[in-house]
Amino acid sequence: MAEAVREFTAIGTRPIRPDGVEKVTGKANFGADFSLPGMLYGKVLRSPYAHARVKNIDLSEAKAMEGVFSVITSADFPKKNPSDMSRNILAREKVLYHGHALAAVAARSQRIAEEAINSIKVEYEVLQPVLSVDAALAEDTPLVDENLRTNGDESLTPSNVAATVHYERGDVDKGFEEADCIVEEEYRIPSAHQGYIEPHACVADVNEKGRASVWCCTQGAFEVRNYISEVLQKKISDIKVTPSEIGGGFGGKTVVYVEPVAVRLSELAGRPVKMVMNREEVFRATGPCSATVCRVKVGANKDGIITAAKAWMAYEAGAFPGSPVTPGCMSIFAPYDLKNFVIDGLDVLVNKPKVAAYRAPGAPQSMHAMESAVDELARKLNMDPIDLRLKNAADEGTEAPYGPKYPAIGLVECLKAAKVHPNYVNKPAKDVGRGVAVGFWFNIGMQSSAEIWVAPNGAVTIMEGSPDIGGSRASMCLMAAETLGIPYDSINAVIGDTESTGFCNLTGGSRTTFATGLAVVRACEDVIAECKRRAAMTWDLDIEQVDWEDGFAVPRPGVNVDVDPLSFAELAKTAGRTGGPLVGRASVNAQGAGACFSVNWTDVTVDRDTGKVDVQAFTAVQDAGRAIHPSYVEGQMQGGAVQGIGWALNEEYIYDDNGVLENASFLDYRIPVASDVPMIDCQIVEVPNPSHPYGVRGVGETPIVAPLAATANAVRDVLGFRINDLPMSPPRVLEALDNAS
Amino acid sequence: MSKVHVELNVNGQPEEVLCEPQQSLLDLLRDELHLTGTKEGCGTGDCGACTVLLDERLVCSCLVLAPEANGKKVVTVEGIADQDGLHVVQQKLLEHAALQCGVCTPGFVVAAKALLDKNPDPDETTIRYWLAGNLCRCTGYDKIIRAVQDAAQELRATTTS
Repeated sequence: MAEAVREFTAIGTRPIRPDGVEKVTGKANFGADFSLPGMLYGKVLRSPYAHARVKNIDLSEAKAMEGVFSVITSADFPKKNPSDMSRNILAREKVLYHGHALAAVAARSQRIAEEAINSIKVEYEVLQPVLSVDAALAEDTPLVDENLRTNGDESLTPSNVAATVHYERGDVDKGFEEADCIVEEEYRIPSAHQGYIEPHACVADVNEKGRASVWCCTQGAFEVRNYISEVLQKKISDIKVTPSEIGGGFGGKTVVYVEPVAVRLSELAGRPVKMVMNREEVFRATGPCSATVCRVKVGANKDGIITAAKAWMAYEAGAFPGSPVTPGCMSIFAPYDLKNFVIDGLDVLVNKPKVAAYRAPGAPQSMHAMESAVDELARKLNMDPIDLRLKNAADEGTEAPYGPKYPAIGLVECLKAAKVHPNYVNKPAKDVGRGVAVGFWFNIGMQSSAEIWVAPNGAVTIMEGSPDIGGSRASMCLMAAETLGIPYDSINAVIGDTESTGFCNLTGGSRTTFATGLAVVRACEDVIAECKRRAAMTWDLDIEQVDWEDGFAVPRPGVNVDVDPLSFAELAKTAGRTGGPLVGRASVNAQGAGACFSVNWTDVTVDRDTGKVDVQAFTAVQDAGRAIHPSYVEGQMQGGAVQGIGWALNEEYIYDDNGVLENASFLDYRIPVASDVPMIDCQIVEVPNPSHPYGVRGVGETPIVAPLAATANAVRDVLGFRINDLPMSPPRVLEALDNAS
Repeated sequence: MSKVHVELNVNGQPEEVLCEPQQSLLDLLRDELHLTGTKEGCGTGDCGACTVLLDERLVCSCLVLAPEANGKKVVTVEGIADQDGLHVVQQKLLEHAALQCGVCTPGFVVAAKALLDKNPDPDETTIRYWLAGNLCRCTGYDKIIRAVQDAAQELRATTTS
């Protein structure tokens, strides 16, 4: 489907995003910015224990309080077959992590709501919490869920292992026999939080017939509609969800926490209810990503060909099954053409918040392990780390470790671009360490729809359903401008609510520019077909005798008529006379998202007195397929790099022995600030994705994958020994220095 | 609990508000004056999304009690652009694509303008340290720093010409 190489007029340019002015002037409305007359404030009661049986909840005082309109517990949710999400939103028989919600109130003011929450008395039978993979897998350990059996196998005794994953190919034992050099290590990474700056927020208003209107910040309004329907067993047609602007998500806003609670509170109160989480609640009860233990063994012959690889990994799921251990297993060896490998993964329950997706969910942890091991292999073989990867790199036709053969992918191109990049050619100074790593993400397609509405003056409105989390409106307008052949400035993109646009899956999986972009291109083509029909009618020709060229309907070459081309604007202006307004529409279930690879390297110094690692330089090379708006592609690369640096160097969930998170604030959970990082140099490589008309690959998730190992490898380079576990925070680096000396 | 009478000037306009004594200046701006451009990211002064100028000093409005703002002048993100259009800092943030989700942007706009009002020629390190109180999770800061550098250069060019 990819078009022959041609000059683009809109694609590849860097115009200002259509929603830009609102976002620099404070006019853009985010989740907490919406209000309704008569609105109440909702607040949640959270468990002070990581694991406890709930014996009794006394709501009487809260219910009697003046200014309190409704008070709920899980007893006010449908009783039959509650989903894990329902149990996570309001606990039932047991609270499963510190901060687990178990009651909620709606009151006239936030102060009254807080007082009402404080008046609720809960009787608990405190249980021993399970706080790590090691504890969860130990014999005679407490069970997070007494009814859980691995892989749902009823013949097994209950366990904390929710699921196992296994992939293998070839003969691993034979492969290791052929190896001249083997690296085998274990790597541990604690949980990190997505760290979006905007806390979860919503307003719900349920009318007297039970119809719910919900305004919220989310990565997918249609998914919110589905979840509310599922949790409250309400008809989908009785729920309307309007997405606000979204203040970051990174996967954390693909699920719901407060929305069904607000709907139920509003239903009982007969008034709109607003719920806004505070930052502490965000840390304690949303996100985070899995803490992981990864063991990797990898062997290569003296030429640098990897002969075998073996991985075992355990991912904490939190209190309910569903860690991203499967994509962790699928991605760990994805950059390599391997004949022999075995991969095993475990999805492990612990008494911590249920994990949520975080940018390339599962891949940063597992690929940190492999990319660290490959770095050691390069050292042992005395090979350049890029050369070693080039010798083993997956390319078009390689059978991916997770099954399919890769179509055109850009890993080799990225590695080659890195090898000759001035930042790589220039060797680091003395006392500066350099580390290289490769990143990967599958990307997804899924369902999107788009409509194009043409005004009489030729202005175009794109109506679509993908919340714009990083400038996607600009990309949609650029693809529409390119397809229609009209100026970017005459196009606006609008994100609809669930009743003003067709179904659209969430903004996630790096799918928006690819899949919703595909729908937009197809909808533009629908408009073009209509324009050609109108022009044919005007000229008294058959539609097959009309072409569309750069925004004009023209007679096809060889058609003998004496007419002037009709511009898009003229066709729009006369649309009333030729059959009515011009509209186009398309819906897709996009296939062939196209995997995205990257190569990152970084130069670091380590202060041996304080243990502080300073990132001196960072370069990211990544395949974008085709960069629609290069600035926003670079933005993804730079933002992902800094998130990855934060994860590598500082970010971690620190729990006490009772399972209480000790650093639930931005002061103590320290994400990178401007003075922590250098400029992030970017080079975009373009190996077009054959499944998209302009060659787009998703670019949003891959950028966070490589920085973990790149940073770890750089620290290894400067210290002369490796710190296997993340984050390489000052205390851990100092400890490692002490142990080494 | 009786309410407190607060008189203050916001973006050049005199305002009179009755607020609860424990409300923050951020709550006053957002809930009473409906100026929702100033965002709450943490409520503990760690993220800078609620940055405003209070009598020309940069503060986290979540850490200021509303009654403390009595008699003072407040400038919020809504007061940065004027009749002639966007402030150069706002324009440069847009041109450099220096925002992705945009929720931290109001804080950066207020803080960056305050820097350039004080120091027309800051180097990269100065900009990075000045903005270290404003968290951005999307951009990795690169394009924000470049936008502020570019804005500074343009402001200097306009002042000298």
